[in-house]
Amino acid sequence: MAEGSIAAAGGIAARHEEAGFLGFTRPQALAFLVLVAAVLVSPFFLYPVFLMKILCFALFACAFNLLIGYVGLLSFGHAAYFGMGAYVTGYAAKAWSVPPELAILMGGAIGAALGLPFGWLAIRRTGIYFAMITLALAQMVYFFALQAPFTGGEDGIQAIPRGTLFGIFDLTADLTMYWLVAAIFLVGFLLIHRIVHSPFGQVMKAIRDNEPRATSLGYRTDDYKLMAFVLSAGLAGIAGGTKALVFNIATLTDVLWTMSGEVVLMTLVGGLGTVFGPVVGAAVIITMQNYLAEFGAWVTVIQGGIFIACVLAFRRGVVGEIGNALKVKL
Amino acid sequence: MDDLLFELSLILPQIILGLVNGAFYALLSLGLAIIFGMLNVINFAHGAQFMMGAFAAWMLLNWLGIGYWGALVLAPLLVGIIGIVIEKTMIARLYKLDHLYGLLLTFGIALVIEGIFRNEFGSSGLSYATPPEFRALDLELGDFFLPGYRVWVVIVAVVMCLATWLVIEKTRIGAYLRAAVERPQLVQAFGVNVPRMMTLTYGAGVALAAFAGVLAAPIYSVHPGMGANFIITVFAVVVIGGMGSILGAVVTGFMLGLVQGITDVFWSEASATVVFVIMAIVLLTRPAGLFGRA
Amino acid sequence: MSLNRRTLLGAAATAPVWGALPYRSAKAQAANTIRIAVLNDQSGLYRDLSGPGSTQCVRLAVQESGITQRGINVEVVEADHQNKPDVGSTVARQWLDRDGVDVIVDVPTSSVALAVNNLVRERNKVFLNSGAATSDLTGAQCSPNTVHWTYDTWMLAQSTGGAMVRAGGKSWFFITADYAFGHALERDTSNFVRSQGGEILGSVRTPFPGTTDFSSFLQQAQRSRAQVIGLANAGGDTINSIKQAAEFRITRGGRTKLAGLLVFVTDVHALGLEVAQGLVLSETFYWDMNDKTRGFTQRLGAMPSNVKPSMVQAGCYASVLHYLKAVGDMGVAAAKASGAEAVNRMKAMPTSDDCFGEGTIRADGRKLHPCFLFEVKQPSESRGAWDYYKLLGTTPAEQAFRPMNEGGCALVRS
Repeated sequence: MAEGSIAAAGGIAARHEEAGFLGFTRPQALAFLVLVAAVLVSPFFLYPVFLMKILCFALFACAFNLLIGYVGLLSFGHAAYFGMGAYVTGYAAKAWSVPPELAILMGGAIGAALGLPFGWLAIRRTGIYFAMITLALAQMVYFFALQAPFTGGEDGIQAIPRGTLFGIFDLTADLTMYWLVAAIFLVGFLLIHRIVHSPFGQVMKAIRDNEPRATSLGYRTDDYKLMAFVLSAGLAGIAGGTKALVFNIATLTDVLWTMSGEVVLMTLVGGLGTVFGPVVGAAVIITMQNYLAEFGAWVTVIQGGIFIACVLAFRRGVVGEIGNALKVKL
Repeated sequence: MDDLLFELSLILPQIILGLVNGAFYALLSLGLAIIFGMLNVINFAHGAQFMMGAFAAWMLLNWLGIGYWGALVLAPLLVGIIGIVIEKTMIARLYKLDHLYGLLLTFGIALVIEGIFRNEFGSSGLSYATPPEFRALDLELGDFFLPGYRVWVVIVAVVMCLATWLVIEKTRIGAYLRAAVERPQLVQAFGVNVPRMMTLTYGAGVALAAFAGVLAAPIYSVHPGMGANFIITVFAVVVIGGMGSILGAVVTGFMLGLVQGITDVFWSEASATVVFVIMAIVLLTRPAGLFGRA
Repeated sequence: MSLNRRTLLGAAATAPVWGALPYRSAKAQAANTIRIAVLNDQSGLYRDLSGPGSTQCVRLAVQESGITQRGINVEVVEADHQNKPDVGSTVARQWLDRDGVDVIVDVPTSSVALAVNNLVRERNKVFLNSGAATSDLTGAQCSPNTVHWTYDTWMLAQSTGGAMVRAGGKSWFFITADYAFGHALERDTSNFVRSQGGEILGSVRTPFPGTTDFSSFLQQAQRSRAQVIGLANAGGDTINSIKQAAEFRITRGGRTKLAGLLVFVTDVHALGLEVAQGLVLSETFYWDMNDKTRGFTQRLGAMPSNVKPSMVQAGCYASVLHYLKAVGDMGVAAAKASGAEAVNRMKAMPTSDDCFGEGTIRADGRKLHPCFLFEVKQPSESRGAWDYYKLLGTTPAEQAFRPMNEGGCALVRS
């Protein structure tokens, strides 16, 4: 694909990758250690609920990045999987008293299950068409969520219990919940990293860079794209489910198309196609929303402004720019 | 039999009302199609520009005392100029890049515009009175009353779409445009200023959206979110019609308005979803859209 | 471009990203301070009827309570919940856990209100709701920490549905927003219409959100020849349907009336009298009702967006005024220690304010006051700006709200 390809922006298109610790390059391994340290230490200094929100969205953004960064497909409808994940986890935990670990997995399962037909339909087209189709399909999910009785319509599912993890750890305490969220995030993060560096991931990247060539090499590219789509949707569902437990609530906001826009923004700010970009992007955007809440409608203006600034001047995103300055891939 | 007649008498007005909605879909998707055809940018800000058109009409009336007819000319012009500025300063930088950046940029622009209007005018919406001269066009068909203004909307939308189509298919400028879409370098080599043509095309597409906004002002409440309500449906219309096809955009726009109007009678709950269902079916059978080339 | 980037980078670098979200408790500070937090829509559809205007009303209540003269400090903060429950609950959680907020006020949008209701109850603080419509706040989800002040869906349905039938509007057709809120409003109103001897000729469900054109639904309503077209929707849907009803002359000849089930004075203002005339609606406060309400409006001064106070904003004023009376009565320490106790004290004292007159708060948290059925004036009848309503009827306080034993509130069953 051309130099201006959206996925190449983060500098992921480097040809050779030396594998090191967990498949990280040395700078990446260092950055990963910093990330782990931050995850471990920050709850003692910062408000855990706020940190959990960042981690949930970071996982969501990483899942989204799997599709845009490594397959080159921009989904504008990821809210559907995130939101349905939240609803199913919330409903299972509340109505059936399912334990939290299982409820979150059910959220992931519904995300993947939804991703299968939607992906099957959407990967027929690429680029802008793909974005618009995913948007339209997500809009249908929104209407469904509004109508279906189990979602509680406009009120959403309220007072979702966090429950007891493995029947041992009571998650009502914010800090206990935090460790669960941190674990889910880190596992999800490493899983995505692992997938990207597997042979499967290599084929994905080949498709992104030159689909006809991948086809001519005998790969059934549609199958690969669909698999990546389902994986991404499933992880988004897990992120949504985790968020539902943290905030005890699952609502229409999670399935609304503005949520799809937000995850694009996070990934863009952090750096499309970078390993750590989505995490940084999520942290920046959530922090910003938190601080700017009192400015009312200006939040929209500022978010829009950031969108514009990123597209015009910082296509690599925060992490991409840092990596570029240090001449390393992050 | 009576039932059937009753249903029929229900449907006729619905067809007319559906055409009114179709007129808006057609005008908006026409602008989107022109912009996409020439610039390869999906203009996510189209809804916001539609909204700006309606607000421009309101401001012209309430601040400068310029009425509906003046607004019909001035508002598209003003918003079109803003569009040209946006193209010159921002969109023009992205032509060499992945087209998705255009989508992201215009998404950001839409957020900014909507936010500014929300701050300035609140969200409860403003009223724009229907110009009284349209009373002469009022239609009374038994129980059914059709305001003259709606008739006007359908007529003017059809005329506008036809005129645009004629300009693109039958005039010299249109020929340049079509040529520049296919082979920009070659056309540039012939001495045509392609970048300027792109700028003006964007301006024209935006002006069309603003024009639709002025038409909508007397019908809908003028509020910052009015464009966002339309834009996703219009996206679906564009996908169904086939991107970049002008004829496709117009025909699909009117058609979907009709389909929605009829759904309103028989299964009103589904009238918002029906467009997306049609989109899915079209994608399965004709991925390039009804009028698009693969 | 590079300059562009550098300036932008500079701006980004100075922004405190991790910086200051210190996880500390503010409880230790100023035991003598009551913290009141106004949470509502500052940017969306309900900005004009709640928004910054509600905060202004709260500040007036603080000032007029005279509590600061008694050496008690009151701090008022506000935030935007953007009508999103997750935004609202995040803000509320931080207020309650970190910032030592004692009272949360207003909270329109039922979904956010229910979320805040749970949070406040868990932490034993006080929730004075004015803006939300859901009658669940004093029903299935009732809480010993919550007072629901201004209005609710049951009251709206009863007043508009019941009083309209008594006023001669016997046959109804509903245009209902197709989601839980719309369904509930239609169901409740239908029950009252039938119980008063009226009949329901039909209804049509309109997709929500995303319906901008109501003309075909209005046509269907008109064909039913119903005397009243009930609009079981809210916000932009209501405004568009009223506007288009005027365009299609649905109400011409006075045979058909339009009844808005959730319309506020700010909506009428946005529509203009030319369009809104003849519309029937219910509210519990109207600024031009009597000398006391006019006096209140005058003391309030200029409001944001130059609106007159809505019933929601008036409710913020009255509820905070009453709460501060209870605080003055029981002492700051006791009021801060237990929100439930403060609410109990509020329930024990009769209320009295310029907006809603004399009233009481019921054991389930429902504030009781009369409800008024208004008709929007013809442009010729209006004597000036914001002269919009004429009174059609009044439901007395004891009949205006759902009887306590029908709500299913656990607080009063035992």
